[in-house]
Formats: sequence, structure tokens, C-alpha cells
Amino acid sequence: MSTTLLVVQALNGLQLGVLLFLIAAGLTLVFGVMDFINLAHGVQYMLGAYFAVAFYGLTGHFLLALLLALGAALLLGLVLEVLVFRHLYGRSHLDQVLATFGLILFFNEAVRALWGSSPLSYPMPEALSGSIALMPGLLYPVYRLAVLAAGLGVALLLWILIARTRIGMRVRAGASNADMVSALGVNIRRLFMIVFGVGTMLAGFAGALAGPIFAVEPSMGDNFLILAFVVIVIGGIGSIKGAFMASLLVGLVDTLGRSFATDLFRLVLAPAAANQVGPALASMLIYLLMAVILFWRPAGLFPAHGQ
Amino acid sequence: MTDPVLQVEGLCKRFGALTVTDGVGFDVRPGEIHALIGPNGAGKTTLIQQICGRLVPDAGTIRFLGEDITRLPTHRRAQRGLARTFQITRLLPGFTTLQNVATAVQRRRGSSFRFLRPVGRDREIDAAARALLQRTGLGARAEVPASALSHGEKRQLELAMALALEPKLLVLDEPMAGTGREETARLVELLRGLAGTLPMILVEHDMSAVFALADRISVLVYGRVVATGTPAEIRANPEVRAAYLGEEAA
Amino acid sequence: MASDAMSTVDIGASPSALRSVWPALLIFAVLALVPVVAPLLGGGTYPLTVAGRIMIFAIAAVSLDLILGYGGLVSFGHAAFIGLGAYALGILMDAGLEEGLLLLPAAMLAAAVFALLTGAVSLKTRGVHYIMITLAFGQMAYFTMTSLSAYGGDDGLTLWSRPLVAGFDWLNDRSAFYYIVLLLLVTAWALCRAVTRSRFGRVLRGCREDEERMRALGYDPFAYRLAATVIAGAIAGLAGALLAIQAEFVSPAYMSWQRSGELIVMVVLGGIGSLHGAIVGAAAFLLAEELLSGVTEHWRLIFGPLLILVVLFLRGGLGGLLGKVRHD
Repeated sequence: MSTTLLVVQALNGLQLGVLLFLIAAGLTLVFGVMDFINLAHGVQYMLGAYFAVAFYGLTGHFLLALLLALGAALLLGLVLEVLVFRHLYGRSHLDQVLATFGLILFFNEAVRALWGSSPLSYPMPEALSGSIALMPGLLYPVYRLAVLAAGLGVALLLWILIARTRIGMRVRAGASNADMVSALGVNIRRLFMIVFGVGTMLAGFAGALAGPIFAVEPSMGDNFLILAFVVIVIGGIGSIKGAFMASLLVGLVDTLGRSFATDLFRLVLAPAAANQVGPALASMLIYLLMAVILFWRPAGLFPAHGQ
Repeated sequence: MTDPVLQVEGLCKRFGALTVTDGVGFDVRPGEIHALIGPNGAGKTTLIQQICGRLVPDAGTIRFLGEDITRLPTHRRAQRGLARTFQITRLLPGFTTLQNVATAVQRRRGSSFRFLRPVGRDREIDAAARALLQRTGLGARAEVPASALSHGEKRQLELAMALALEPKLLVLDEPMAGTGREETARLVELLRGLAGTLPMILVEHDMSAVFALADRISVLVYGRVVATGTPAEIRANPEVRAAYLGEEAA
Repeated sequence: MASDAMSTVDIGASPSALRSVWPALLIFAVLALVPVVAPLLGGGTYPLTVAGRIMIFAIAAVSLDLILGYGGLVSFGHAAFIGLGAYALGILMDAGLEEGLLLLPAAMLAAAVFALLTGAVSLKTRGVHYIMITLAFGQMAYFTMTSLSAYGGDDGLTLWSRPLVAGFDWLNDRSAFYYIVLLLLVTAWALCRAVTRSRFGRVLRGCREDEERMRALGYDPFAYRLAATVIAGAIAGLAGALLAIQAEFVSPAYMSWQRSGELIVMVVLGGIGSLHGAIVGAAAFLLAEELLSGVTEHWRLIFGPLLILVVLFLRGGLGGLLGKVRHD
């Protein structure tokens, strides 16, 4: 277990965390403001990646593909909002879970029908395709650092938007009390659409960024969806700050856990046993983390109402 | 010298920087109807929540029949005989009126961890529930879904459910709120019929009902009890008049 | 918040027991006739296998309806009980135990214990937190089994024989196995029905209607919900064991979160809170899967939107078309 490996995996963990944040932010806002459980959010991540693949195929240009993918993701999100989601606000969580589950089934299959089951990819931009020496003996891909930077940049932008602008204030107010906000004359319909649209774009952005790193394939969003839910539950529903902290935490715990769990167990168990227990525990680690945190802080680490 | 049924001493509750309950103390004697009045924002609801177990006080004690129940969960207080009605009626909306009361009756009739016998055929529970409905004037509405009852009828149902628990203290949280003249009169009659046998705490804004029913009144202003006494004493109390009766047309 | 898809109480005169039970009896009659009718239509053992699978999932769906429809608990980890029941049977058979009369109760016990331990934690939470924690426990069970390479890990565990029943090798006869499963389905349904109409069932339903109200009456919702979870877990464990026997195979996929989601779909599709609805829902889901996948491999393209439409417009589910159910 060398320092190099530790640093690399820590950076990978942060990068995973940042992608998780982009997905979780939309999820927590939609749930916090509209009390809406959107299981289809993972699908929006997946579609961001597939749109990027498609547009890269058309334009051959990474940045252009990214921007077009963002636009397409936003458009699709708004269409879904009008066709499906709008009718589910105010319905029970069970109904929301089921309807969005139906969307997962549909889109995972649609993507399989249009692009096939084999993993696809598209290359990262030339300028970012190299590696950079962070420490002697430590080469780290520039693109991953760019993703990290992009994610942090968006986080900062979101924070400014939510904490410092009027729209942000309405969103925060809506997260605590939508009825009151509506009674005060704010166009709640439009607010919901904006929140929804932003959330969709963030998820699609994450997908488009992730394309060059992870395989683009059907159901790629499912695992991220679960992770994102774990994140918002740990962070506190409706809280962007909570989502940010929890994303980084979950990203780090998951990545470092998978890398080092088996080794750590080898210190106390026989190698054969460690090889069984290690991977099992590594995959369960974030769920154990969530269970423990919920036990100790049932409302999450940074609940929205606490501000 | 009989011991009080309920004894509240030095009760304090803070929400952040706001002290809502500020050293409240009062008691409820056997058989008396003790009314709690006070202007809006006096902290009546918070006080009731602490008495019923929905909120845990920061300081002070609540003794019920000699036992310290300050930190006891709601359902345990109900099991010991502390029944309540809610300010905003809470019923089991998908159940019929009869089933609502039957659920309360069932609590006092043996274990509910019985899995196989159909409860609808339990004659004892059914009969007891119907009797309670008669008593509270809902006899004709037994098969109606609780959600379809009128506002006043819902109040009556809540009362029936509370009585089904064979309570030793009844806490009524603004039972007259939103009821019309006729329904208010009916409720007052019902409560008067129980007076003497069942001690009650009555939180109310409707002054005519309060003065018609209460044996003693405690006045709550800004989280403190400023006066406790008979209706005549309270009516004459200058502090009370200034703080409360002067603000609203009684 | 009570689900909009839940059926409401029927008013009016108390119906005879027959009236409230006829939808279920009709379904059982149809199921009983399948082995008789199927050979006449050709297709070999295929209809028996499909119908058998439907019945097994119906057992699991009925158990989920108990806690979801009647308890109001949206559990996203119910498939874990199925998987654990299946693995308990598989592991014990692997170790040499062959007697079904011991294996099936063991499977139910394993699932029940898991339900007790995880329920004690998850039932302390509410709403979306409850959904997430049940999901988390389901995932933990899933990942534990994928990591146990001794029992096949990801690839699963093959069963080389079927259990004996009191020493007799009945389960290898397709028809005998079919009717045993049907018998178990009827028993599971009857048990759940009795539970929902009992004193316990009334309290459970009351807790779904208004928890605070029930507390004010002196009931502690936690204890009742935990008991319901354990019962439901045990029955789902039975379904898992039967699934393992029928497929002669056990895999972690039996307890994936997607499987848990599909179970919820089955229950709601059929109309939650009616028990016979869960059976209808299981049949509808699995038949749709069978039939549509015969038409196109992309059958989910049709099924997904169908599900959405059912949620948006068909509030009583398909079972609601057969009639609402009175509870007591």
C-alpha cells in the first residue's frame, strides 16, 4: 500500500464524488422543493452520455458534443416534466417511485434498441488527454483533473446561485415550504420547471463528462442512481451543501474501500478469508455508512431546515 | 386531601432563542374541569404537546397519578389513562365511524397481537363501540366513513374515541374550534355530562364554553401562568383583564 | 401519506364471506385448471412452468401487499427475503439435507430472522428514509451473496436434485409440484387474509391511516409493523425456496433491487390492499413479460409506458376491476 496508490485512489474518489454531486444535486433539489422522488434521474445521467456519443459522432468535436448533449438533455427533461412528472406532484411517493421506475425500464431499453448493448465511448479532447506528474512517480490523467475542476466549478456556481440570488432564495424557501411560497405569489409552476430543468442538465452534464472515463452502456445510470440516493439521504434531503459533502464522502469511502479493504483485512484475517470478506464489505461499505449515519442523525448530516 | 391527577411543575421549552414554555406550573384535581386560556402565541399548544408526550420539555416535571411521565412516549401515557383530542381532528379516514371507535375500544380489551380471528365478528368490541357512539350522539352514523363526517361530527367521534380508552384524564385541545352554535352547544352538553367523574384539561378560545364548563381556569401569557382560579376570580383579575380579556371581545 | 393507489373501505351492509372472497376463489380455480387444460392446447410443460412461476411470485407479492398495502410501508428490499429463502434452501441442500419438510421451514426462518433484525432498524425511519434503508439492506444481502464464491458468487448455485417430501420424491413430478405450489399459495393468501381481518390487522391498518392517532390511542406502531415485516419476510422466504426448487438454481439476481422494484410493480398493478390483487398483478407482470418478449426483445419499451399509464390513470390497479375488498 504505497502513498502513490493512496493519492491516486483518493483523487479517483474525489472525482467520483464530484460526478455523484452533479447527479445528487438535481435529485435533492427536486425532492426537497417538490417532494418528488425521481428514480429516473439515473437515466438522465445515462442519456447525457449517449447524447454526447451521438453528437460526437456527428461533429467530431468534444466540446461541441458536450454542449449539444446538455441542450438535448435539458429538452428531454422538460418534455418528461410536462408529459409525466407534472402529473405526479402531490401524488404519494409510492406512485412516484413506480412511474419513474417505468421510465427507467423504458429508457434503458430504448437506448439498447437504438445503440445496442455493447459499451460505447468517445475520446476526450486532445488538450486534456495526457497525464501530469503531481508527485515524483505519480502520473495522473489530466482529463480526470479537468472533470474534478469542472465539478467543483459547478458546485461553486450552484452555491452562488442558491445562496446569493433571488431565484436561489425562492428555491430555498420552496425547499422548506412550497405552499407558503406559492401563497406569496411566486409562480410555483415555473419554479418547479426551473429546478427540474437545472437538475436534468446537471445529470446530463455528469453523463457527458463521464463518457471518456466510464463505459457508455445501458443501465449505466442505475448504480449511480442508488449511490445518489444514498448521498442525499446522508447529506440531508433538500440540502445542496449536504449533497456536496456527502458526495465527496461517499466517493472517497467507496473508492478507497474497494482498493484497500482486502488489504486491510489481510492484516487480521487469513488471506483466503480476507479475499472473501474484503470485496463483500467493500461493496457494502457505503450502505453501512448510510445505516450508521441515519441511526445517529436521522435527518442526515446537513438537513435543509437546519439553516 | 386528595392528590392531584396531573401535576405540572417548572416546565420549560425553548426553540432556539425563543422560550415558549417558561416555568409553567399548575395541577388538575380529581373530577375538575381545568381550562387553559390565553391569547394567541401564549404557548398553549406547546404546553399540551408536552403534557401529551409529543414534545419533551427542556426542564421541569409532569406527574400523572403520582408517576413522573415527563419523558414517557405518547402511547405509554395513553395506556396509563391520559386521553386527548386533537386541535385539528385526527381520525382514521379510511375506517368507518364505528371502526374508529372500535379500534379505541380494542385497546382496552386484551392483546391486539391476535392474528387469526376476524375482529369484525367480535361482539364485545362491537357492542361497546356502538354504545359509545350512542352516548356521543353518533349512533346513526356508525357505518359512515370517518372522512365523510361533518366537522362537528368529527369532533364528537374524537371524543368517543377518547372515552373508549376509559381515561383517567381527558385533554381537550380546542374542541369548539370551527364548530357552529348548535354543535358547540351539543359538545358543551356532552362535556357537562362527564363533569365530576372525569377530570379534564380544556384548552379553548370560546369563552362562553369555558365559563360554562370550567371549575378552575389557568391563564397562560407568553409561556407563563399568570393566574389560576375559579371563573369568577379570573374574570375579576386585573392582570388577566389587561393581558387577555381586554384584547379580545369575550 | 396514504397512497392514492390504495383501495378504500367499502361501505354498506356487511357482505357474506363469499362475496369478498370470490375474486380469489376464481383465480385459484383458474390456476387449478391449468394442468388440465394445457395439454389440450399443446406446448408441453411450458404453460405449467409459466403458471408455476406466476404462483411463486404471487406468494411473494401477497406477502409484500401485507406490509405495503395494509401497513403502508414502501419496502424496496423485499426481494432480499426471497433471495435469502432461496439461498437457505440451496446451501442446506448443498450440505446434504434433502427433506423438504425441513428445508422449507428453514428457508422461512432464515428470511424471518433477517426481517426481524433489519426491520428493527429500518422501522425506526419514515418516508423516503425507510425506502432507502430497506434498499440498503437489500443491497447488503445481495453483495454478501455475490461475494461468497463458495456458493457460486455471481454465477449462482445449481441444485442437482429436488427436495423430498416426507421421504417421497414427489417434487420431480411436474403436476405434483404444481399443485403443491398452488396449495401453498392458497395457504399464504388465506393466512394473510386472516391477519388483515384480525385485531392485529386492524391496528396495522390504523397505523397506515394515521400513526399519530394510533399513538394517542395507546398503540406503538413499531411493534405491529415489525411483526408484520417478520410474517411477510417468512412468506417471501417460502417463495424464494420454491423458486429455487423450480428453477433448480439460485442466484444473487433473485434479490437485486430491480427485483424488489418489480415486486412493488406487481402489487400496485394488481391493486394494493386487496391481496387477490397481488396475485393478479404478479400474473399480469409475468405474462406481459412472457408475451411481449415473444413479440419483441425490446418489450420493456411497451411495458414501461404501460406502467406509467397504470399509475397515472388506473388508481385501483387491475384487481380493482374485480371488486374492492372489505376488511372487517
